[in-house]
Amino acid sequence: MVEAYISLALKSIFVENILLAYFLGMCSFLAVSKKVETAIGLGAAVTFVLTITAPVNWALNEFLLKDGALAWAGLPEIDLSFLQFITFIAVIAAMVQLVEMIIDRYSPALYAALGIFLPLIAVNCSILGTSLFLVEREYDLGESLVFGFSSGLGWALAIISMAAIRYKLRYSHVPSGLRGLGITMLTTGLMAIAFMAFAGIQL
Amino acid sequence: MSSPATEIAPARQPLITWDKKTKKVVSDPFMDNNPITVQVLGICSALAVTIQLNRSLVMAAAVIAVLCASNVVISMIRNLIPPSIRIIVQLSVIASLVIVVDQFLQAFLFDISKQLSVFVGLIITNCIIMGRAEAFAMANPPWQSFLDGLGNGLGYGVILVGVAFFRELFGSGTLFGFQVVPAVAYELGYANMGLMVLAPGAFIILGLMIWAQRTYTGYVEED
Repeated sequence: MVEAYISLALKSIFVENILLAYFLGMCSFLAVSKKVETAIGLGAAVTFVLTITAPVNWALNEFLLKDGALAWAGLPEIDLSFLQFITFIAVIAAMVQLVEMIIDRYSPALYAALGIFLPLIAVNCSILGTSLFLVEREYDLGESLVFGFSSGLGWALAIISMAAIRYKLRYSHVPSGLRGLGITMLTTGLMAIAFMAFAGIQL
Repeated sequence: MSSPATEIAPARQPLITWDKKTKKVVSDPFMDNNPITVQVLGICSALAVTIQLNRSLVMAAAVIAVLCASNVVISMIRNLIPPSIRIIVQLSVIASLVIVVDQFLQAFLFDISKQLSVFVGLIITNCIIMGRAEAFAMANPPWQSFLDGLGNGLGYGVILVGVAFFRELFGSGTLFGFQVVPAVAYELGYANMGLMVLAPGAFIILGLMIWAQRTYTGYVEED
């Protein structure tokens, strides 16, 4: 049981990294990977929000939206799965707001460190993508929790290492058309190749 | 700020206009202000759906439809949205439109809809749509917003199809699923590039396309 969870966690952090294998969360990855400190802050915030939204969205899907999910209310023939998108995005937006208020109340220092990145998490594709993936792959509650947390961790790992690489890149002479986005893309490609080396690992 | 009394009522503009300025709204996003290569919006889906040309064509059409519709709707209600909750309002408009597109794809193009899997749903968080709603539709009338949506959607589609063209050609030797690389080439030792089908291929092709496009337009990003 525990082994299965560890295997799922390792798979979603390294082998199927949500950013390097599924391209989710690219926008904020490109925009916020200029400094290591902010990258760490955003990575932590994304992990935190993902760990909460994944099980919540799992529960909503399981008990309200799925085909036949309303059987407990005596309505077994109702299929609300077309409402998935709008429900998930509403949950994510609400959770981000909630997390923002809780952090502001109990840890002003962390709130100040995360700053404007917290509200931006609502439109980070990796959050919605994780929720949609766990429905598609039919995970159970424990698996969704592990999947949410480790996807966030994998995303944080990718953005922090990218920020460190970009910090070093400042000293190199890049052709003018390739500067900025272009060279970042090529570097991400090389990073993705490196992460593919984990593909052979089996637990 | 002028007081309401001295404010001159704006001249009544025709609903649909087609002059130089509106033309620029459509043509600009193709090259000089491309949403992907210059504005850096909507990269997630640009990479994930580009293994095959027909998948990326369907994706581009879906994004163009949602982008035009959301720009028009948000532009029409732009004066009614309270500024403090505008993100939520925009998100719910976009999410509803994406649901319509998703149901349409499931009904008429079921195979491709299955292949696109979660990426149809992810149009909701595609930064192009939020970005254009926030930057253009909130400040412009519906017709201009529609053209802006069309232009940006097409600019996005051009890059998407470009990346897919190279990935499918080099990765599988096919275009739209038809064999393009002749069998003779394989007998002479030509092999498909496995890397192109995998994630790193997408990053590298897009990086090279950005380089080519920026060299052509002369856009340089200061770090």
